[in-house]
Amino acid sequence: MARTDVQLMLDVKAGDEQSFELLLRKYRTPLVNFLYRMVRNTAAAEDLAQEVFLRVYRARQEYAPSAKFTTWMFRVATNLALNSVRDNRHHQMEISIDQSIDTGEDEQRAMEVPDRAPTVEQELVARSRAEMIMKAIHALPEKQRAAVLLHKYQEMDYDEIARVLECSESALKSLLFRAYETLRVELAPFVNNSARATNNSARV
Amino acid sequence: MFGASDKENNGGKQCAAMESKLVEYLDGRARPAERHAIEEHLAGCAACNMRAMEFRALWGTLDDLPDIVPSREFDASLRARIAAEPVRRGFWDWMPSPRFAFAITALVVLSVWLSSGPRVAKAPVELNQAAQVNKISTEKDFGMIQNLPELENFDVISKFDALSELPVANAASDEDLKKETR
Repeated sequence: MARTDVQLMLDVKAGDEQSFELLLRKYRTPLVNFLYRMVRNTAAAEDLAQEVFLRVYRARQEYAPSAKFTTWMFRVATNLALNSVRDNRHHQMEISIDQSIDTGEDEQRAMEVPDRAPTVEQELVARSRAEMIMKAIHALPEKQRAAVLLHKYQEMDYDEIARVLECSESALKSLLFRAYETLRVELAPFVNNSARATNNSARV
Repeated sequence: MFGASDKENNGGKQCAAMESKLVEYLDGRARPAERHAIEEHLAGCAACNMRAMEFRALWGTLDDLPDIVPSREFDASLRARIAAEPVRRGFWDWMPSPRFAFAITALVVLSVWLSSGPRVAKAPVELNQAAQVNKISTEKDFGMIQNLPELENFDVISKFDALSELPVANAASDEDLKKETR
């Protein structure tokens, strides 16, 4: 029977390095993706993800299963990402248009998915679409961005996200509504087409 | 909550209330009673209905964001960082292991026992002999102390008869030794 995250962490606490490897294998990709979408930089996201695992490893002796492992881990990740974003905000304000094109290249490199685009044209369209989505997400206020990423991509429960972001559940629901409302406007070209198509298919 | 009867009066309030309920409803996590009320409101409010449809479409759009794959160096780099971590030692880590502590204690006890001398009871006969020897040596010492002025007198020592009784051969052998050393 597969061990739960809490059990794995308790085994790490007892000195079982293999259990830490299992946690690393399980959460490496979700964590890197969450952090990448928070900070929009591949190298920084990997560095922060390593820092999260390092902190989990450091805290193994004091670990007490009072909350879900993912809540604890993503709270650490969110705090690190928010600090990183705040530290780099001044730097980001000074980025020129040319440099932002460079950032786009970094995104292109990061978003290379081998078996996704059968043709060059489709690949370019998908890449452009992904870039627009990333930009829209990144334009959200930090807390709204974290809430959307945890809700949409990590599929966490409301109470878990509320604990990660240290707010009430009702505050979280309002936060999510406002975030999705902003994204709906920002990504209107994609959203309207999709909504229209859904509406037409419903009528037929 | 969103009944059709009070829709006209409270339309604005109902739309505002969607802020905290729409996401939960679209997630399929709203309670049945609440879900029913929201569906009633959406059926009568074109703006909210449109928003709900666009939220659904938005979620579909967000699904188009591909996942990135961590680099191959990720694990190796993390292991290197973990290996570079200083080893923290708590209070109990400074305590010796039970085996080591036992060995140290045994060594201390043994050294104390050895330094305090043998404690084996002696046989009574040996004790008597030892007492007699002690008695004789005490008497000799007492006699020497009594004759101390005589021993310290140079004239008495220089004319001591015992020196003249030494064999001549010994004196000769002393001279031979002196020659050899030269």
